[in-house]
Amino acid sequence: MPIRVGIPRALLYYYYFPLWKEFLERLGAEVVVSDRTTKGILTSGVEHCVDEACLPIKLAFGHVKNLVDKGVDVIFLPRIVSVAQREYICPKFLGFPDMVKQNIPGLPRVLDTTINVRKKQQDIHLFTREVGALFNHGAIKSRLAYLLSMPTHFQYISLLEQGYLPEEAMGILKGKKIKENPVATDLKVAVIGHPYNIYDPFISMNLINRLRKFGAEVITADNLTEQMVNEGVKRLPKKLFWTMSRRMTGGALNLHDRNAVDGIIHVAAFACGPDSMTGELIERYIRRDGKVPFMNINLDEHTGEAGVVTRLEAFLDMLRWRKKAV
Amino acid sequence: MKVTFPHMGYMYVSLKGMLEYLGIDVVVPPACSKKTLTLGVKHSPEFACLPLKLNIGNFIEAKELGADTIMMAGGCGPCRFGYYAYVENEILKDLKVDYNLVVMEPPEKHIGELLGRIRKITGNRPWLQIIKALRFGFLKAKAVDEVEVLSFQIRPRELVRGSTDRALQKAINLIDEAKTTTELTIALERAKELMRVVPAERERPALRVALIGEIYTLLEPYANVNIERHLGQLGVEVDRSMMLSQWVNDHLFMGLVRNIPSSDRFKKVAAPYLNHFVGGHGLETVGSAVWYARQGYDGAIQVLPFTCMPEIVAQSILPKVSAEVDMPIMTLIMDEHSGEAGLITRLEAFIDLLKRKKEQKEALTS
Repeated sequence: MPIRVGIPRALLYYYYFPLWKEFLERLGAEVVVSDRTTKGILTSGVEHCVDEACLPIKLAFGHVKNLVDKGVDVIFLPRIVSVAQREYICPKFLGFPDMVKQNIPGLPRVLDTTINVRKKQQDIHLFTREVGALFNHGAIKSRLAYLLSMPTHFQYISLLEQGYLPEEAMGILKGKKIKENPVATDLKVAVIGHPYNIYDPFISMNLINRLRKFGAEVITADNLTEQMVNEGVKRLPKKLFWTMSRRMTGGALNLHDRNAVDGIIHVAAFACGPDSMTGELIERYIRRDGKVPFMNINLDEHTGEAGVVTRLEAFLDMLRWRKKAV
Repeated sequence: MKVTFPHMGYMYVSLKGMLEYLGIDVVVPPACSKKTLTLGVKHSPEFACLPLKLNIGNFIEAKELGADTIMMAGGCGPCRFGYYAYVENEILKDLKVDYNLVVMEPPEKHIGELLGRIRKITGNRPWLQIIKALRFGFLKAKAVDEVEVLSFQIRPRELVRGSTDRALQKAINLIDEAKTTTELTIALERAKELMRVVPAERERPALRVALIGEIYTLLEPYANVNIERHLGQLGVEVDRSMMLSQWVNDHLFMGLVRNIPSSDRFKKVAAPYLNHFVGGHGLETVGSAVWYARQGYDGAIQVLPFTCMPEIVAQSILPKVSAEVDMPIMTLIMDEHSGEAGLITRLEAFIDLLKRKKEQKEALTS
């Protein structure tokens, strides 16, 4: 019987799932993903997590709980310290496996190997070796499994850069056909936010699909190449040390500088630390120029959709008027 | 050039001492107050942590006093503090409050960057003198810490309410006024004498509570609503896990100065509860809870600013620590709505709990 490894549909799932899935399968695991976010999952997350944590962490707790209930053998919760040189992920990611272990009862084994490539890229193989050891594979075989999975990851990233969103890109990797948006679009709107906020339809109140339905083409920071992102953050006085925030800030500023979009929507999660800083920076830079309309949406565990819909409609109306006037 | 810096408790004594030693003009911002906070809250991002808001307030108030250069520390993540200076700079820019910003932080490429930044403040003064000034500033920090530790022990035992605080203020001022190393030695002796003559019942037993958590809210009395004073007046001897000289020694001098307790003692005991550093002082917070419990403390209080990322990690782990080491731990979250009366009530309740627990323990063991 293969070992059933559970991956929560939260946090960096939206960046690395195809890679992790193939890597784990090559090592001989059966990969189980937690269910799509529901009110129930969010509520169970809120119950197990401290009140002060940010929304994505609470949600991730819910997904871990969901995996526990599914009875997986191992939960895949790598301690993601850094995925790029001289950068970090937010502090809560660094402590997330410990937070989970101290707060969720009845956990199966947790795979909390550290991913830290802050010093050098090759350090990833410390991670592959430890994960491989769980499946009784040697260092070389695990490294090979990882390297063989990389093409999938690159393919996934290039799909994102072609403008597909994570769910669609994962679908294409599986060989699904993508439905065209039935509504004609006359606007282009950037949605800037952490992947785990904007791509989770429940948490983001279906923001992206709503925008599409209202006739706007959506572009996110993940649709841009690394080079474009870095172009965008160039003006910052100091390197941003959070990988995802650098992507968001760079993406927003790049789209703004190129006049590539009609409006920018920044999506922040309640109590998110990096968002409070980079959101402020993005907003100040964009407002100073005053050429692209900007809106900030804060997400929390309250699910009043009507308010968000009204704000989106108002924002899009404003963009259309503006376009006519100019 | 008139240099200013954000407040953090008595840090101004040390920084001012260091800069004045070099003959640089210093503007110490007015002590943090309701006005500082109101100014800061008005112009800062809503979910930024409390220190940033107070910093902004400090800078606006210092500008009114004629400051034109900000000297600040920085960092390279993952705690938000590493980007503080730049966000604050953008906010001040939009407010048309003009400042030169000099950030002292680990260099991105090579040490020359940092030296260059120091040069921006010190001009062409010789390096030897700068090193001497650094040492002088550090000695001041150490002196202030010594006096503060004395106040922790005297306050719960004072006979006249408030006498410790008055003596402490005088003692700090004495240290603040010292201009040379010799003067500082004398000032420290006199300051300690001031503390020693506070009428107190030295032998009275007191509950011992450790204050742990985030450095800014621990050190800045305005941010923690004078928690040390309130605990002292409730008859509790306090110990603070973070002292300024200890922080400076750990982070700037790489632990070179001996005879100063290092935060390594906390980091060592944080596992198995927290197995990795999480930025800021999250790891130290978890470790200090374990450490103080082993030292026989009756309880610990974690103090953190609202939305502080590393401390939230610590906070979610502390209940388990508390249960396993058998020491009650309370968490106090500081934001801009810190009502003092509510805080005192919570402290009283916590202290009552500790007292009862201690009585039970003593009844069982006697």
